[in-house]
This record gives sequence, C-alpha cells and structure tokens, in this order.
Amino acid sequence: MLKISHISKTFNPGTVNSKKVMDDFLLDVAKGQFVTIIGANGAGKSTLFNAIAGSIIPDTGSIVLDGEDITLKSEHKRARSIGRLFQDPMRGSAPGMSVEENLALSAGRGGWMSRISKADRRDFRDRLALLDLGLEDRMKQPVGLLSGGQRQALTLLMATITPPKLLLLDEHTAALDPATAEKVLALTTKIVKEDNLTCLMITHNMQSALALGDRTIMMDRGDIILDVAGEERRGLTVENLLLRFKNASGRALSNDRMLLT
Amino acid sequence: MSVNTIFGLTQTALELGLISSLTVLALFLSYSMLKVCDLSTDGCFTLGATVGGVVAISGYSYLSLPAAMLAGMVSGFVTALLQTRMGINSLLAGIIVNTGLYSINIAVMGNTSLLNMNKVDTVFTKAKEALEGSFLSGQYKLVVVVVAVVAVAVFLSVFLRTRLGLAIRATGNNPDMVRCSSINPVFTTTVGLCIANSITALSGCLLAQSQKSVNVDIGSGMVTVALASLLIGEVFMGRGSIPLRAVGAVLGAFVFRLVYTIALRFNMPAFMLKLVSSIIVTIAIAGPYLKQQLPMLRRRLARRTGSEA
Repeated sequence: MLKISHISKTFNPGTVNSKKVMDDFLLDVAKGQFVTIIGANGAGKSTLFNAIAGSIIPDTGSIVLDGEDITLKSEHKRARSIGRLFQDPMRGSAPGMSVEENLALSAGRGGWMSRISKADRRDFRDRLALLDLGLEDRMKQPVGLLSGGQRQALTLLMATITPPKLLLLDEHTAALDPATAEKVLALTTKIVKEDNLTCLMITHNMQSALALGDRTIMMDRGDIILDVAGEERRGLTVENLLLRFKNASGRALSNDRMLLT
Repeated sequence: MSVNTIFGLTQTALELGLISSLTVLALFLSYSMLKVCDLSTDGCFTLGATVGGVVAISGYSYLSLPAAMLAGMVSGFVTALLQTRMGINSLLAGIIVNTGLYSINIAVMGNTSLLNMNKVDTVFTKAKEALEGSFLSGQYKLVVVVVAVVAVAVFLSVFLRTRLGLAIRATGNNPDMVRCSSINPVFTTTVGLCIANSITALSGCLLAQSQKSVNVDIGSGMVTVALASLLIGEVFMGRGSIPLRAVGAVLGAFVFRLVYTIALRFNMPAFMLKLVSSIIVTIAIAGPYLKQQLPMLRRRLARRTGSEA
C-alpha cells in the first residue's frame, strides 16, 4: 500500500544549521496494516509523516501510495487519500464554524455550490452518535466550544468520513487527559478495524505501542532500528523493548513524554 | 433642526451609507471571513468608479455595473496572485496593487484625474426615468442602491453556506484544516478576493454615478471607513448567523454615515471624516485588547502605590 524508497531530507542545507534528519530511509507497509511508531525526540518520526503527507518534500527518493507516486504531489491533493491527526486537537478543525459545517467540508460531497442536505445531516448525526460524546445534539454549535477530547474525536471522524487509503496519527492522544485519551484511542481502533484502514500511529506510550496494531517500528536518528511484527512482537514487553532500543542505538531511550507503563 | 432637515439628513446618510455598505460587505468577506486585510480596497473602489464612469460616458449605462465588477475581479485576482503564488505578504500585496491602480485609474480615465458625468445617462438617471410618476419617483437613488445592497447581501448569505463558501470561511479560520479536506487554500483565497473586490468596485461605480463625477481620489481612505463601519456592525450583530452579520455590516455603514452627517451639521469640517474613521477603527480593535489588559494594569498600579504587597 505504502512504499517509501530511499528518501533523505536535510534541513537548512549548506548552512551551519544544516541537519540531516533522514538518510536513505526505507519503509514498506502492507494494505490494512496498523503500524505503531516509537522513538526518541528528534528521531524523525514527524519528518516521516510530513514527507508522507506532503508538508515537506524529500530531497531524494520516492513515496508510492497504492501504486501512485505521490512524492511531488501537493499536500491538499494527497489529502484525498491520506487522513491525518495531529497532537494538537485544535489543528484539525475550524473553531469558528459549526460541527456540521466542519464535517461537510471534510466529507467533500457534491459540487462547489452544493449546500448541506438533509441526508448529509442525518448521516452526520448517525456518525456523531457513534462517538458517544453527545455531539449529535450540538451540530449547530461552533467547534471552538468543544473540549480538546471532543475536538480530537471530531477530527478523527472528519479524517475518516471518506475512508482514506492511509491514516496518519501523530501522537493524537498525547494532549488529552488520560480518560479522554483512552476513549479517543478506543474510537481510533474501532474505526481503523471497521474500515480496514492502513494506519501509521506515532505514540509515546510504550504499552499502547505494543498493545495496538500489528507491527511496531522503533526509529532513531532518522532510521528504523527495530521492526517487529507477528509472533516476535507478541512476546515483547516494555522492558524488552527498552533493552532492544539500547542494544540497537547504543544509548538509553529518552523522550520527554515517554510513558513506560 | 426641523423635521425636514432631519429627514434630509437621514436620506443622505441612507444613500451614502448604503453605497459604502457594499464595500463593507466586501470587507465582511475578505476581512471577517477570509481574515485578509485587503489594502487594495481604496484603489479598487476607484477602479470601479473610473471603469464604470468611462463605460457610462460611452453610452452603456447598464453595462457600467458588470464592467466595473469585472475590473474589480481582475484587481482582486492580482492581489491574490501576489500573496498566494509569489510569496508577498498579504498587506504588502494590497499596498502594491493599490499603488499600481493609481496609474491605471488615471489611464482608464484618459490621462486625466477627473471625469464629469453631469449630462451622462447613469443607472440612476435610467431609474429616474423608469420610476417617473410612481410613488417612488423621488427616491430613485435609494431604490437603485437598496436593490444593489439587498442583492449582494443575499448573494453573500447564500454563497457562504455553499461548499465553496464554507471552504473560504475555513481558510480564514484554519488553513491546515482546509488542506486536510483536500481543498487548496490558494484557490479559496483567490475566489474570495475576486468576489470581494468585484463588490468593492460595484460600490465605487455606484458612488461615482450618484455624485455624477469621478475623481482619482474618490476611494482614498475607503478601507478605513469601511472597516470602521464593519466593526460598528459587529457591535450589533457580532455573534449572529452569517445573514445577520451581513445585515449588521450594512447597519454599521448606515450608523457611521448618520453619525458623520450629524457631526457635519454641528459644524465639524468635512475633511475630518477620515480622522474620525481612523479613531473608530482604533477604538474598535484596541478596545477589546485593552479591556483584556486592564486587570493586569490595575494590579501593577496597585503594587506600585503599595496597596498590594
């Protein structure tokens, strides 16, 4: 489904601040696979997502999604097949517009001059009800009035309302309180499973990195240093994982938000 | 003041207020929705006046309106192009276009800075003929202007609820989200500025035809005057729905003109208009900010005078 071949990226090339964040990076993700990604600060996790989503263009290499080379495709065009959630729950929705207007924009049905139809409203209402946050009764309210957790759940719904070929989750529960984070995470797994989405999830929570999905990747200094799936992954514990990181990178894993349990 | 003077004052305020309310509606789209402060507004207003004036003088009074709007649209397109495709800051893009338009406006008028339309058929004289004998014949100017304002306000209210309209609103609200919805913010910004500037040009065209002359300075300071009206309107209808806010913008323009007309009656010199509008814009934008700072300023002051440890 997703094939990343030999991409490299240097920020501020030719200056004293020049920083090579990725060098000859390779990654293959099969259709329907749910990959969790962990790594220290500055490991290149977000750069990887930015390259896939088109926020940055890699200096070399190619990115192929579902048989189509998207390396140089502009961000908004890729968004048709890539859904993305950020850590900041405010980033995915327009605060001054109502819940239904946000959903209508991301659903992208009809022509430019079309308006939200009754059928759309019914559909939005049904989908919102599934979130179990009471949003189905607040469809006319501006999104700015919702809590962070509600906004992130809404963004998740917006990103998947037209099932994308690839879903990118960039620590999307890190800014939420533990109870809300758990709820949004449960929603995520449910939606990913139901729509059989191909999904990459960056997380700082080692436990959920092992518990969720079917493959775990560990990144360090722009490279993949550990890639486990299947039987091998099932036997892993957080302690094993930390030890494997230390052996592979030669230093202990440090991430200011890392949760070990 | 007699009843007649009050009536006369209100009527002038209404006509001028409604004509400038078109520019206010244009800024409602670009400033309130798209969050772009379009500084090409002055030049574009004049462009509408000159193009509309020249076309009317050539004998096509009705054609003058779409011609002016088309010219405004082109101007908006250039402003949008500079800020979305050429990496020019949006304020600077407006200023650049505004400066360029000064020369273009004089060129459009044929190397002069003043056009006289005293003996020219305009949309207003056409309306006067058409309404001859009806009970509205005395109010022909008002009729034309009201029709234009209602048409634009209804158009905006409907348009801003279409998918394209939603996308334009979202571009001002959260461009990241627009991109995530597979919509190009460059496109929405361009469409928004084209529409806004065509309305601004219509406003200029109508003002020129109602006062039967075009001056190259007809639009100078228009952006501040319109912004003042817009912000006054937001005081009335700031939190309402889109159609209500559009009505608020028109109301704001009227209130602004009314206050100004009354001030003129009390011997305020006419040249004060622009200073007054500058002060209103300053108060309307700085007011909420200063109000927010007030508790902290109070505490600082209290600490300095020693009443708080």
